[in-house]
Amino acid sequence: MRKLLVFLPFIVFIGLGSVLYKQLGTNPEYMPSALIGKPVPDFKLVSLQTDTVQDQTSLPKQAYLLNFWATWCPTCEMEHAYLRTLAKQGIPIVGIDYKDDKHKAQQWLATRGNPYQWVLTDELGKFGVDMGVTGAPETFVVNSKGIIVYRYQGALDDRVWQEMKGYLK
Amino acid sequence: MKLIKLACLMMAFLLSSYSFADTLMTFSSELNQTRFQSLAKELRCPKCQNQDLADSQAGIAKDLRIQIHEMIEQGKTDQEIVDYMVARYGDFVLYRPKYSAATSILWVGPAAFLIIGLVVFAGVVYRNKKRRAGKAL
Repeated sequence: MRKLLVFLPFIVFIGLGSVLYKQLGTNPEYMPSALIGKPVPDFKLVSLQTDTVQDQTSLPKQAYLLNFWATWCPTCEMEHAYLRTLAKQGIPIVGIDYKDDKHKAQQWLATRGNPYQWVLTDELGKFGVDMGVTGAPETFVVNSKGIIVYRYQGALDDRVWQEMKGYLK
Repeated sequence: MKLIKLACLMMAFLLSSYSFADTLMTFSSELNQTRFQSLAKELRCPKCQNQDLADSQAGIAKDLRIQIHEMIEQGKTDQEIVDYMVARYGDFVLYRPKYSAATSILWVGPAAFLIIGLVVFAGVVYRNKKRRAGKAL
Protein backbone atom coordinates (compact mmCIF):
# COMPACT_ATOMS: atom_id res chain seq x y z
CA MET A 1 0.00 0.00 0.00
CA ARG A 2 2.81 2.39 0.96
CA LYS A 3 4.75 1.48 -2.15
CA LEU A 4 1.72 2.21 -4.28
CA LEU A 5 1.44 5.63 -2.64
CA VAL A 6 5.04 6.42 -3.55
CA PHE A 7 4.30 5.62 -7.17
CA LEU A 8 1.03 7.57 -7.19
CA PRO A 9 2.50 10.78 -8.67
CA PHE A 10 4.15 8.72 -11.40
CA ILE A 11 0.89 6.93 -12.18
CA VAL A 12 -0.97 10.25 -12.32
CA PHE A 13 1.76 11.62 -14.60
CA ILE A 14 1.46 8.66 -16.98
CA GLY A 15 -2.33 8.93 -16.98
CA LEU A 16 -2.37 12.65 -17.65
CA GLY A 17 0.43 12.31 -20.19
CA SER A 18 -1.41 9.69 -22.21
CA VAL A 19 -4.65 11.70 -22.19
CA LEU A 20 -2.84 14.80 -23.41
CA TYR A 21 -0.81 12.81 -25.93
CA LYS A 22 -3.99 11.41 -27.43
CA GLN A 23 -5.28 14.95 -27.96
CA LEU A 24 -2.15 15.94 -29.87
CA GLY A 25 -2.80 16.29 -33.57
CA THR A 26 -6.58 16.35 -33.20
CA ASN A 27 -8.23 19.33 -34.82
CA PRO A 28 -8.76 21.96 -32.12
CA GLU A 29 -11.36 23.65 -34.27
CA TYR A 30 -13.55 20.57 -34.26
CA MET A 31 -16.84 21.36 -32.62
CA PRO A 32 -19.70 18.89 -32.40
CA SER A 33 -22.90 20.15 -34.00
CA ALA A 34 -25.69 21.05 -31.62
CA LEU A 35 -28.21 19.86 -34.20
CA ILE A 36 -27.33 16.16 -34.23
CA GLY A 37 -30.49 14.19 -33.48
CA LYS A 38 -32.75 17.09 -34.40
CA PRO A 39 -34.88 17.65 -37.50
CA VAL A 40 -33.86 20.21 -40.12
CA PRO A 41 -35.11 23.59 -38.86
CA ASP A 42 -37.96 25.34 -40.70
CA PHE A 43 -36.98 27.54 -43.59
CA LYS A 44 -38.31 29.50 -46.50
CA LEU A 45 -35.57 29.88 -49.09
CA VAL A 46 -35.59 30.85 -52.73
CA SER A 47 -34.49 28.20 -55.21
CA LEU A 48 -31.52 29.20 -57.32
CA GLN A 49 -32.82 27.27 -60.32
CA THR A 50 -36.52 28.10 -60.37
CA ASP A 51 -36.65 31.37 -58.38
CA THR A 52 -39.51 29.99 -56.28
CA VAL A 53 -39.84 29.92 -52.49
CA GLN A 54 -39.21 26.46 -51.08
CA ASP A 55 -39.74 24.99 -47.63
CA GLN A 56 -39.33 21.67 -45.80
CA THR A 57 -41.62 19.84 -48.22
CA SER A 58 -39.16 20.28 -51.09
CA LEU A 59 -36.47 18.27 -49.29
CA PRO A 60 -35.82 14.70 -50.46
CA LYS A 61 -37.77 11.95 -48.73
CA GLN A 62 -34.81 9.57 -48.61
CA ALA A 63 -31.51 10.21 -46.83
CA TYR A 64 -29.49 13.04 -48.38
CA LEU A 65 -26.57 15.42 -47.94
CA LEU A 66 -27.11 19.07 -47.15
CA ASN A 67 -24.10 21.00 -48.41
CA PHE A 68 -23.36 24.66 -47.62
CA TRP A 69 -21.22 26.24 -50.32
CA ALA A 70 -20.45 29.62 -51.88
CA THR A 71 -18.54 31.02 -54.82
CA TRP A 72 -16.36 33.11 -52.46
CA CYS A 73 -15.12 29.95 -50.76
CA PRO A 74 -11.91 28.43 -52.19
CA THR A 75 -12.36 25.16 -50.30
CA CYS A 76 -15.77 24.75 -51.95
CA GLU A 77 -14.01 24.89 -55.28
CA MET A 78 -11.73 22.07 -54.18
CA GLU A 79 -14.69 20.06 -52.96
CA HIS A 80 -16.84 20.54 -56.04
CA ALA A 81 -15.33 17.74 -58.12
CA TYR A 82 -15.89 15.27 -55.30
CA LEU A 83 -19.51 16.33 -54.93
CA ARG A 84 -19.98 15.59 -58.59
CA THR A 85 -18.61 12.08 -58.24
CA LEU A 86 -21.00 11.53 -55.32
CA ALA A 87 -23.89 12.87 -57.41
CA LYS A 88 -22.94 10.47 -60.20
CA GLN A 89 -23.20 7.62 -57.72
CA GLY A 90 -26.78 8.73 -57.15
CA ILE A 91 -26.33 10.39 -53.75
CA PRO A 92 -28.97 13.12 -53.39
CA ILE A 93 -27.34 16.42 -52.46
CA VAL A 94 -29.19 19.60 -51.53
CA GLY A 95 -27.01 22.68 -51.88
CA ILE A 96 -27.37 25.81 -49.80
CA ASP A 97 -25.76 28.75 -51.56
CA TYR A 98 -24.53 30.49 -48.43
CA LYS A 99 -24.23 34.30 -48.27
CA ASP A 100 -23.53 34.51 -51.95
CA ASP A 101 -24.36 36.37 -55.10
CA LYS A 102 -27.12 34.68 -57.09
CA HIS A 103 -25.66 35.37 -60.52
CA LYS A 104 -22.17 34.26 -59.58
CA ALA A 105 -23.65 31.08 -58.15
CA GLN A 106 -25.63 30.34 -61.31
CA GLN A 107 -22.54 30.89 -63.40
CA TRP A 108 -20.48 28.66 -61.12
CA LEU A 109 -22.91 25.77 -61.61
CA ALA A 110 -23.12 26.39 -65.35
CA THR A 111 -19.34 26.20 -65.81
CA ARG A 112 -18.46 23.55 -63.22
CA GLY A 113 -21.49 21.30 -63.44
CA ASN A 114 -24.27 20.93 -60.93
CA PRO A 115 -24.08 18.11 -58.38
CA TYR A 116 -27.18 19.32 -56.54
CA GLN A 117 -30.78 18.16 -56.73
CA TRP A 118 -31.85 21.48 -55.33
CA VAL A 119 -29.92 24.65 -54.70
CA LEU A 120 -31.52 27.03 -52.22
CA THR A 121 -30.10 30.49 -51.65
CA ASP A 122 -29.40 31.67 -48.13
CA GLU A 123 -28.34 35.17 -48.98
CA LEU A 124 -28.23 36.58 -45.45
CA GLY A 125 -26.95 33.42 -43.80
CA LYS A 126 -30.00 33.14 -41.52
CA PHE A 127 -30.62 29.50 -42.35
CA GLY A 128 -26.91 28.96 -41.84
CA VAL A 129 -27.23 30.32 -38.30
CA ASP A 130 -30.25 28.08 -37.69
CA MET A 131 -28.12 25.11 -38.75
CA GLY A 132 -25.20 26.23 -36.58
CA VAL A 133 -22.97 26.76 -39.60
CA THR A 134 -19.76 28.73 -39.02
CA GLY A 135 -18.54 28.94 -42.61
CA ALA A 136 -18.39 27.03 -45.86
CA PRO A 137 -18.13 24.28 -46.89
CA GLU A 138 -20.12 22.36 -44.33
CA THR A 139 -22.00 19.17 -45.02
CA PHE A 140 -24.79 17.59 -43.00
CA VAL A 141 -26.17 14.10 -43.38
CA VAL A 142 -29.95 13.99 -43.00
CA ASN A 143 -31.42 10.49 -42.65
CA SER A 144 -34.63 9.17 -44.20
CA LYS A 145 -36.63 10.32 -41.15
CA GLY A 146 -35.45 13.89 -41.74
CA ILE A 147 -33.13 13.88 -38.71
CA ILE A 148 -29.65 15.43 -38.87
CA VAL A 149 -27.20 12.68 -37.98
CA TYR A 150 -23.76 13.92 -39.01
CA ARG A 151 -21.95 17.16 -39.74
CA TYR A 152 -18.57 17.75 -41.35
CA GLN A 153 -16.84 21.13 -41.53
CA GLY A 154 -14.47 21.35 -44.49
CA ALA A 155 -14.08 19.80 -47.92
CA LEU A 156 -15.45 16.33 -48.57
CA ASP A 157 -13.03 13.76 -49.92
CA ASP A 158 -12.65 9.98 -50.00
CA ARG A 159 -11.43 9.77 -46.42
CA VAL A 160 -14.28 11.84 -45.01
CA TRP A 161 -16.82 10.03 -47.14
CA GLN A 162 -15.79 6.61 -45.75
CA GLU A 163 -17.01 7.73 -42.34
CA MET A 164 -19.91 9.82 -43.59
CA LYS A 165 -21.58 7.27 -45.83
CA GLY A 166 -22.35 5.03 -42.86
CA TYR A 167 -24.78 7.68 -41.61
CA LEU A 168 -26.60 8.03 -44.91
CA LYS A 169 -29.57 5.73 -44.49
CA MET B 1 -1.57 71.83 -45.20
CA LYS B 2 -2.99 69.67 -47.93
CA LEU B 3 -0.92 66.80 -46.67
CA ILE B 4 -2.34 67.14 -43.17
CA LYS B 5 -5.86 67.21 -44.55
CA LEU B 6 -5.16 64.08 -46.53
CA ALA B 7 -3.66 62.39 -43.51
CA CYS B 8 -6.73 63.31 -41.45
CA LEU B 9 -9.01 61.93 -44.12
CA MET B 10 -7.07 58.68 -44.27
CA MET B 11 -7.20 58.36 -40.50
CA ALA B 12 -10.93 58.94 -40.57
CA PHE B 13 -11.33 56.18 -43.16
CA LEU B 14 -9.20 53.84 -41.14
CA LEU B 15 -11.23 54.43 -38.00
CA SER B 16 -14.55 54.24 -39.76
CA SER B 17 -13.78 50.88 -41.31
CA TYR B 18 -12.95 49.39 -37.93
CA SER B 19 -16.13 50.56 -36.29
CA PHE B 20 -18.25 49.99 -39.36
CA ALA B 21 -20.20 47.00 -38.09
CA ASP B 22 -21.21 48.71 -34.89
CA THR B 23 -21.97 52.17 -36.20
CA LEU B 24 -24.75 50.61 -38.24
CA MET B 25 -26.35 49.43 -35.05
CA THR B 26 -28.67 51.82 -33.34
CA PHE B 27 -30.20 50.96 -30.02
CA SER B 28 -33.51 52.19 -28.71
CA SER B 29 -32.06 52.64 -25.25
CA GLU B 30 -28.76 52.77 -23.47
CA LEU B 31 -29.71 49.69 -21.50
CA ASN B 32 -30.09 47.74 -24.74
CA GLN B 33 -26.66 48.82 -25.85
CA THR B 34 -25.12 47.74 -22.56
CA ARG B 35 -26.93 44.40 -22.82
CA PHE B 36 -25.61 43.98 -26.37
CA GLN B 37 -22.06 44.67 -25.29
CA SER B 38 -22.18 42.29 -22.35
CA LEU B 39 -23.80 39.52 -24.39
CA ALA B 40 -21.23 39.89 -27.15
CA LYS B 41 -18.51 39.50 -24.51
CA GLU B 42 -20.24 36.58 -22.85
CA LEU B 43 -20.57 34.49 -26.02
CA ARG B 44 -17.70 32.84 -27.84
CA CYS B 45 -17.26 33.14 -31.58
CA PRO B 46 -18.00 29.59 -32.78
CA LYS B 47 -15.39 29.77 -35.54
CA CYS B 48 -12.57 31.05 -33.36
CA GLN B 49 -10.33 29.35 -30.85
CA ASN B 50 -10.74 31.78 -28.03
CA GLN B 51 -12.36 35.03 -28.98
CA ASP B 52 -15.66 36.47 -27.89
CA LEU B 53 -18.20 37.71 -30.39
CA ALA B 54 -17.40 41.34 -29.62
CA ASP B 55 -13.76 40.84 -30.44
CA SER B 56 -13.88 38.71 -33.57
CA GLN B 57 -13.64 39.83 -37.17
CA ALA B 58 -14.89 36.46 -38.48
CA GLY B 59 -17.90 36.66 -40.78
CA ILE B 60 -19.99 34.44 -38.56
CA ALA B 61 -19.22 36.58 -35.50
CA LYS B 62 -20.50 39.63 -37.34
CA ASP B 63 -23.68 37.77 -38.34
CA LEU B 64 -24.27 36.68 -34.78
CA ARG B 65 -23.70 40.22 -33.48
CA ILE B 66 -26.38 41.40 -35.87
CA GLN B 67 -28.64 38.58 -34.68
CA ILE B 68 -28.12 39.57 -31.03
CA HIS B 69 -28.84 43.19 -31.86
CA GLU B 70 -32.06 42.22 -33.63
CA MET B 71 -33.22 40.00 -30.79
CA ILE B 72 -32.50 42.66 -28.16
CA GLU B 73 -34.48 45.23 -30.11
CA GLN B 74 -37.31 42.71 -30.47
CA GLY B 75 -37.49 42.62 -26.69
CA LYS B 76 -36.02 39.14 -26.18
CA THR B 77 -34.49 38.52 -22.76
CA ASP B 78 -30.79 37.76 -22.31
CA GLN B 79 -31.66 34.17 -21.38
CA GLU B 80 -33.68 33.73 -24.56
CA ILE B 81 -30.79 35.01 -26.65
CA VAL B 82 -28.28 32.74 -24.90
CA ASP B 83 -30.64 29.76 -25.35
CA TYR B 84 -31.00 30.62 -29.03
CA MET B 85 -27.23 30.53 -29.49
CA VAL B 86 -26.76 27.33 -27.49
CA ALA B 87 -29.52 25.58 -29.48
CA ARG B 88 -27.54 26.25 -32.67
CA TYR B 89 -23.90 26.23 -31.63
CA GLY B 90 -23.93 24.14 -28.47
CA ASP B 91 -22.43 24.82 -25.04
CA PHE B 92 -19.20 25.75 -26.82
CA VAL B 93 -20.43 29.33 -27.25
CA LEU B 94 -20.73 29.86 -23.51
CA TYR B 95 -17.71 31.23 -21.71
CA ARG B 96 -19.36 30.15 -18.48
CA PRO B 97 -20.52 26.63 -19.28
CA LYS B 98 -23.72 25.32 -17.72
CA TYR B 99 -23.35 22.74 -14.98
CA SER B 100 -23.96 19.26 -16.39
CA ALA B 101 -22.49 15.78 -16.18
CA ALA B 102 -20.07 16.60 -19.01
CA THR B 103 -18.91 19.90 -17.52
CA SER B 104 -18.95 18.86 -13.86
CA ILE B 105 -15.19 18.24 -13.84
CA LEU B 106 -14.65 21.89 -14.88
CA TRP B 107 -16.70 23.13 -11.97
CA VAL B 108 -15.87 20.61 -9.28
CA GLY B 109 -12.36 19.63 -10.44
CA PRO B 110 -10.34 22.58 -9.10
CA ALA B 111 -12.02 22.48 -5.68
CA ALA B 112 -11.68 18.69 -5.50
CA PHE B 113 -7.98 18.82 -6.35
CA LEU B 114 -7.46 21.58 -3.79
CA ILE B 115 -9.14 19.48 -1.09
CA ILE B 116 -7.11 16.39 -2.05
CA GLY B 117 -3.95 18.50 -1.90
CA LEU B 118 -4.85 19.92 1.50
CA VAL B 119 -5.65 16.47 2.89
CA VAL B 120 -2.34 15.06 1.65
CA PHE B 121 -0.47 18.09 2.99
CA ALA B 122 -2.16 17.83 6.38
CA GLY B 123 -1.42 14.11 6.44
CA VAL B 124 2.28 14.65 5.72
CA VAL B 125 2.57 17.42 8.32
CA TYR B 126 0.77 15.31 10.89
CA ARG B 127 2.96 12.28 10.25
CA ASN B 128 6.19 14.27 10.45
CA LYS B 129 5.06 15.83 13.67
CA LYS B 130 4.28 12.45 15.11
CA ARG B 131 7.62 11.07 14.00
CA ARG B 132 9.53 13.96 15.53
CA ALA B 133 7.59 13.67 18.73
CA GLY B 134 8.51 9.96 18.77
CA LYS B 135 12.21 10.77 18.26
CA ALA B 136 12.19 13.41 20.99
CA LEU B 137 10.97 10.88 23.48
